[in-house]
Amino acid sequence: MRTDDLIDALVSDARATDVGATRAPSRRLAMVAGLGALAALALVLTWLHTRHDLMLAMRGGMFWMKALYTALLGVAGYLAVERLSRPGGSGRRGWILGLSVLAAFVVAGVVQAMMSPDIQMTLHMLRGHSWHVCSRNILVLGLPMLVLGLWVVRGMAPTRLTLAGLATGLFAGGVAATVYGLHCAENTFTFVALWYSLGVLSLAALGAAVGRWALRW
Amino acid sequence: MTDTETRLKALMLRGLDGDAAAYRECLAVLGVRLRAYFARRMSGAPGDVEDLVQETLLAVHLKRSTWDTSLSFTAWAHAVARYKLIDHWRRRKVRQTLPIEDHIEFLAADEPDPGVGLELDRALATLPDKQRTLVSDVKLTGLSLAEAGAKAGMSEGAAKVALHRALKALAERMRRADR
Repeated sequence: MRTDDLIDALVSDARATDVGATRAPSRRLAMVAGLGALAALALVLTWLHTRHDLMLAMRGGMFWMKALYTALLGVAGYLAVERLSRPGGSGRRGWILGLSVLAAFVVAGVVQAMMSPDIQMTLHMLRGHSWHVCSRNILVLGLPMLVLGLWVVRGMAPTRLTLAGLATGLFAGGVAATVYGLHCAENTFTFVALWYSLGVLSLAALGAAVGRWALRW
Repeated sequence: MTDTETRLKALMLRGLDGDAAAYRECLAVLGVRLRAYFARRMSGAPGDVEDLVQETLLAVHLKRSTWDTSLSFTAWAHAVARYKLIDHWRRRKVRQTLPIEDHIEFLAADEPDPGVGLELDRALATLPDKQRTLVSDVKLTGLSLAEAGAKAGMSEGAAKVALHRALKALAERMRRADR
């Protein structure tokens, strides 16, 4: 087939289908976030269950502080992947936001740990009641969105596959960790800065490792 | 060279708005640029060059919604071409590096003649009969999509879906061709 004939076929297809707003990367990624959050919510409701004092906790500041932290990580992932899913795109804006938010929370966690009266108290804050399951739970809650996200990003046109996978994982991790806040009753900066961050970063690392080949198009 | 960007971008924008003639011209000009770009980097394999031109044109068409219309069109198209070339080398297990910043050179002047691509025909041969006839029958100068569909026993709506599926399948098969 001559290239001119191929172009004829492509032009016919362009006349028949229109690239409307529904196919814009931002719309597709918003759909991923919506479905990913629903999947994580379904897992919390059926598997982990919401924390018993949810109504009371929602009146306190720490509940929202945790949600703000993880949601901002998700936004950072979104900003990065929205650019990285396009040829030649760079995720810089997203990386800067993500690293700033992570650094701020780690500093808050370290300061809180150093201000505790004794070492026992510090260890207690580090471990909380759920240190052994927290990161794993976030990883599991984020897996459906990671898989869906990689599939959708592959349907666009990423050219830096490892970074695009990393951003997709950060996006999924931020959303999953935010939903996880409905279950998890931990309320120190120290705990959240360590175990929540590890959970989100493990999804990002998984996304980067898988993205290298799963995102090829 | 910035003239080429201005012209191609204007054509592509009109093409996205539904101007078929502008879209056709955009792809044709881009095809010439792609041929020169690949030929310079793959000396002595004109068949491979044309395969890559066709694979890249398919990708440009199918992925056109990922172009941010506020940015340079040729930089976007160059990134697609660069990705397809690196992917081609990876499949052939060739180790090469490509500078990222050469999309200005992407617009440079030489224009090699089109070679004959074989991968597209091989990929086409693996499609179901109806899809294959559709792809080869639709030409702006020849049959309209409705006529080509009728010839293959399909409504116009069904022909639209079948053509789009066929192009996506072709892109996927060309990508996997030399595994």
